Order: sequence, then structure tokens, then C-alpha cells
Amino acid sequence: MDLYEHQARALFQEYGIVVPRAEVTDSPKEAREIARRLGGRVVVKAQVKTGGRGKAGGVRLAADPADAELTARRILGMDIKGHTVGRVMVAEPVDIEREFYVSYVLDRAAGRFLAIASAEGGTEIEEVAAVRPEAVARVPIDPAEGVTSSKAGEIAEAAGLPTQTVDVLVRLWEVLVREDAVLVEVNPLVRTEQGRILALDGKVTLDDNARFRQARWGAQDAEHDDPLEAEAAAKGLNYVRLDGEVGIIGNGAGLVMSTLDVVAGCGARPANFLDIGGGASAQIMADGLSVILSDPSVKSVFVNVFGGITACDAVADGIVQALDAVQLTKPLVVRLDGNNAPRGRALLEERAHPYVQQVSTMDGAARRAAELAAAD
Amino acid sequence: MAIYLTKESKVLVQGMTGGEGMKHTRRMLAAGTEVVGGVNPRKAGRTVDFDVPERLNGLAGAPSTVPVFGSVREGMEATGADVTVVFVPPAFAKAAVMEAADAGIGLAVVITEGIPVHDSVSFTAYAASKGTRIIGPNCPGLITPGQSNAGIIPADITKPGRIGLVSKSGTLTYQLMYELRDIGFSTCVGIGGDPVVGTTHIDCLAAFEADPDTDLIVMIGEIGGDAEERAAAYIRDHVTKPVVGYIAGFTAPEGKTMGHAGAIVSGSSGTAQAKKEALEGVGVKVGGTPTETAHLVLALLEEGRDVTHS
Repeated sequence: MDLYEHQARALFQEYGIVVPRAEVTDSPKEAREIARRLGGRVVVKAQVKTGGRGKAGGVRLAADPADAELTARRILGMDIKGHTVGRVMVAEPVDIEREFYVSYVLDRAAGRFLAIASAEGGTEIEEVAAVRPEAVARVPIDPAEGVTSSKAGEIAEAAGLPTQTVDVLVRLWEVLVREDAVLVEVNPLVRTEQGRILALDGKVTLDDNARFRQARWGAQDAEHDDPLEAEAAAKGLNYVRLDGEVGIIGNGAGLVMSTLDVVAGCGARPANFLDIGGGASAQIMADGLSVILSDPSVKSVFVNVFGGITACDAVADGIVQALDAVQLTKPLVVRLDGNNAPRGRALLEERAHPYVQQVSTMDGAARRAAELAAAD
Repeated sequence: MAIYLTKESKVLVQGMTGGEGMKHTRRMLAAGTEVVGGVNPRKAGRTVDFDVPERLNGLAGAPSTVPVFGSVREGMEATGADVTVVFVPPAFAKAAVMEAADAGIGLAVVITEGIPVHDSVSFTAYAASKGTRIIGPNCPGLITPGQSNAGIIPADITKPGRIGLVSKSGTLTYQLMYELRDIGFSTCVGIGGDPVVGTTHIDCLAAFEADPDTDLIVMIGEIGGDAEERAAAYIRDHVTKPVVGYIAGFTAPEGKTMGHAGAIVSGSSGTAQAKKEALEGVGVKVGGTPTETAHLVLALLEEGRDVTHS
């Protein structure tokens, strides 16, 4: 889960990293009040979980409180790469002398975290990395040792950062470990003309798998922009909405991803990703079907199950029971293969639902579901 | 011979007395696995009876009495176990794997899904320093058909044969095993769909390349990270056996996690297209669907046969 800038800022502050004074609001009037409290001249920043805010006009300087209100009014409600701006952060402006870049990222190939730091670039870090890779230091971190002062000194030296940043590097590592983050980034980290080191903007991505021990990040923080995704999440379903017309249900993340691809290969577009996992109970099947059927763009549904541990007759039983619980309004193509497939197929045949048809191969069933979606 | 797991393997199960542990221990026993013990400090000294009515591979069905040990070390000392399968919940998985590595076990197969990545980073590094190979986490385990099964892969899909398979995905592994069930497999390894895993595609490619019982390798990948691109470079430099690939996730949108914690396209990195191109660039045939992938395997085996016979 990504945090908003203002949440990342609050975390940094909690761990003793200096940040500019700022407050968050969803109201232009309040933006004016905040600006007054901060001394008049402020920066108004859109709070969206995507990059490129500045280029999109989502970060603007306001000369005084009245201007802050006007600016907030312009930014609130803006669409930035598909994200609607619901809140702005109003922050004190900072006189920047130098900009730096620091982050800890997961190096999947090495199975370690990696410190990435540069004395050049700040906001233009990607360009620096592409043009002058030698200006970007990459230092692997031993998980047993973490980032001590001496390790932080090593990172700072490798990147050519001033020794003042060592303390920030240590504290940032604390944020990463204690909050179970998989990414923390300060970009830019700045030195002001007064010589202070400040985290001007930050990004934090938390590990969803660690939620059981990170109580403060509740489900409300995992905001779903899409109402169907929110509904599916509430039902405990592993669902991602896409923009096509063939609804997909399958078991196992890899098989479902593959099912989307095979449907796309038949000239149709998948409407969603939905992995019902190993269990495939009647309840999960009914919940999954009801979410998919309430997507108005869905024209047909493809249930693709390979019975490994789960027996296909149990899956078929789940589908039959789901058909009693959910009003089926679109054609449903079912492919059952693997463990107990003949029995599962027989169960569905017995039910003889007019909207349900079976195809015995994955590729054939995908083709059929695509045809049905096109025919609608 | 196979890789990592043979009929000689003596297997412990950490978390055997839990629901999943019980269910899958029974299945492992039925598949012929020599399960020599469970590990649970609170139930040490007891035994668990698994009624295994019918075993695969012509083994006689019988109740199997499996002792429970207080620690991995105790279990190893008493039985000579060299493999452990970990079913303990995410909150306790790190401690369980560290314990197994401390005891010096050769292979730890971590089935548990949902382990925080900081824990995986810690225990994979620790295990490496102790010489313990980790498979997983968030994986179905591995099977050497006809010999042994460590994890949750169904043992009745296919038979022993000469194809090696390595995959990030469980159900796609089963699908390919099923498509090629009449040919059979040396070993199938599910390496798991998390961002950090102990055993990589490259490790398995190297092991299959060295395995005299494997003639051809099937490699299944999916979006996220660059493990497949690295594997492609490894294949170019080190693998002489034919490799057939399959990649899932061409239609996955950027920035969305597709079921597996590691299955995410970030910006322009980790795309299925890039992985496919990297593999094809080193001469690996990549199937468009799982079925097409199986057909590529069959065609290559046919070709190999012609070459040997001419």
C-alpha cells in the first residue's frame, strides 16, 4: 500500500526527520487559514498517489493566504493521471541550497534492501540515473546489521552527500524496518540556505503482508478508487478491475493471469482479475459472481478452474449453489479440468442452467467466452 | 536422480499438527514421501497417526505413525531428516525457518503465504549463510514424481519422466503437469510468487542442466521483477538442454498486484512482454497459452527423438 505524501511526512516527523511545517485540508477556505498560520507564502500540493504532480500543475506556489485559497480551489478536484485530488497539503516554502536523493528499495534479485543515494538531481533523479549512472550510489544493506551510523556514513560517502545526512539515513532505515515498508524515498532531501537538512517530499510503500503486526494502518488506508474493487475487498476477494467485457474467475494467481492473456489472445478484453484461491467454496463463488455481474461492462463470464488440491466436483457444487444465490444475467462459460473433472462436469450438466455452458479446454473456453461477449 | 528431492529424502513437517499441515502430511505420505516427523514444541513426544488408505506408485497403504519433535534439531538427530516443509502461519514463519537453518537442515520448503518481506529478506540471507536452501515462500513446494513430494503439489497429476519444470505459479505448474502428463517429469519446483524467494529460476535451471534424468526444461514466469530476464542471460551462457518458456500477465495493468505479492508491473519494468522477448532473444521457445507451451514441448521432444534416431 502506498501512503500519501502527508502520511509519509507524518511518519518521517515521528522518526525525527525534519520536514517543512505543513497541514492537510480538503477545503480552500481552510487552506487560507493554514497559509495564514504558516506566515502567508506557501506551497499548495495535491495529495495523490502518483508521480508527475508538478508537471500536471498539482504543485503551486501561493503568494499569500487569499492566493492559497484560490490555488487550493484550482487543485482540488483536479484529475492527475486518473487520480482525483481530494486533499491538498499546504506547506511552508523552503529556500533550497542543494537537492539530494535518498531511498531504500527492495532489490528482488539479490533478496536484499538497497540504499540508493545521489548528490545530484533530486527531483530529476531518473534522468541522472540514465545519463550519469556513476552519480547514483547503490549500496546493499545486510539485513542482520541494518543501517548503523557507520553504514550510513558509507552510503553518504559513496553518493557524495554531506555528513549532515548520515542521521537522516539512519532514521529513514528505522522507518523502513519498524513500519514494515518495502520502499521509503525522500526526493528531494534538501539543504536549506540556512544549512538545515529537510525532507521536502517523500514516498512510502507499506508491505500488505505485514498488516497483522502493523495495527495502525487499518483497512481504511487501503483506499480503493473503484467501488467494485472496494466491494470485492470487503468480501475478502482477490479482485482487480480492468476495462474489458469478459468477466474472469479462476483459481490461483498464475492461472488467472494466464486466463486473462488467453482471453485477450482471442480478441476480447478481460473485465477483471479474480482469484478464488484453493478453496472455491459456494460462498466465494457466489460472492465472486455477484461482483463480476454488477460490472455493467461485463458481457460474458469465464470460470476457469484447474482442480489440483481442490476437486472439480467441489468447485462444480460451488457453482451450482452460487447459481441459486445469484441471478445469472450473462452467459457463463465453465472449464473444469484436473482432479475429479468428469464428476464436476456431470454435476453442472445435471443443473442444466440455460446460461451455463461447458467447454473442456482452456483455450476453447476462452474463445467461446470471447464470442459470447462479442455477440451480445 | 532428479533435483533437490529424491526417494532418499527424509522429511520433517513444521506445523504438521495444524489443519493444513495434517491434510498435506497425509497427502505427502500417500505420494510415497518419507515423512519422518513433525515439529511442534508444545506437542513434542506425541505421535500422530495418519490413515493412508491407498498409496500411489503401488506402495501399500497403511496407518503411518509420525512422531512429533520439540525442535528441528531434535527431529534431525532422531531421524536423519534432511528436508523440512514449513506450514506455520506468517507471524511465526521467520522463527521456524531460522530454527531449521540453525539446525543445519539442507532444504527448507516454505509453503506459507503472506510472510512480510522483511522476514523473507532476513531468513533467506540467514539460511544462505548456514548453507540451507530455501524453496519459497508462498510456493506449492516441489515433487519428484514416483519418489517424493515436499509440499502441496497434487501427486496424482502425472508420472515420472524426463521433463524438469520450474515455476512461480502453483496452478500453472499443475496445468502444465496435466498437459504433459503422458510424458512425465523428473522434478517440478514451484519457487513461489513473492518478491523475495530463496531458490530462483536460475538455481533450478542450473540443477536441471546438471541432472542426468532431465532432458528438457519448462520454465514458467510471470510479471514482476527481472528474474526471467536474468534467467534468459543464464540460459544463453550455461544451459545446453532445450528450454520452453511460458509467461503470464500480458494483460496486467501497471501498478496493480495480481494475486501474488510479487506480481506487479512497476513503471515499465517487470512486463510480460520484456520477459518473453528476453527469453526468445536467447532461443527459448515461448508458448502463447499453457496448451501451446505443452505443444512446443512435445514438438521439441519429437525433434530430439528424430535426431537421436538418424
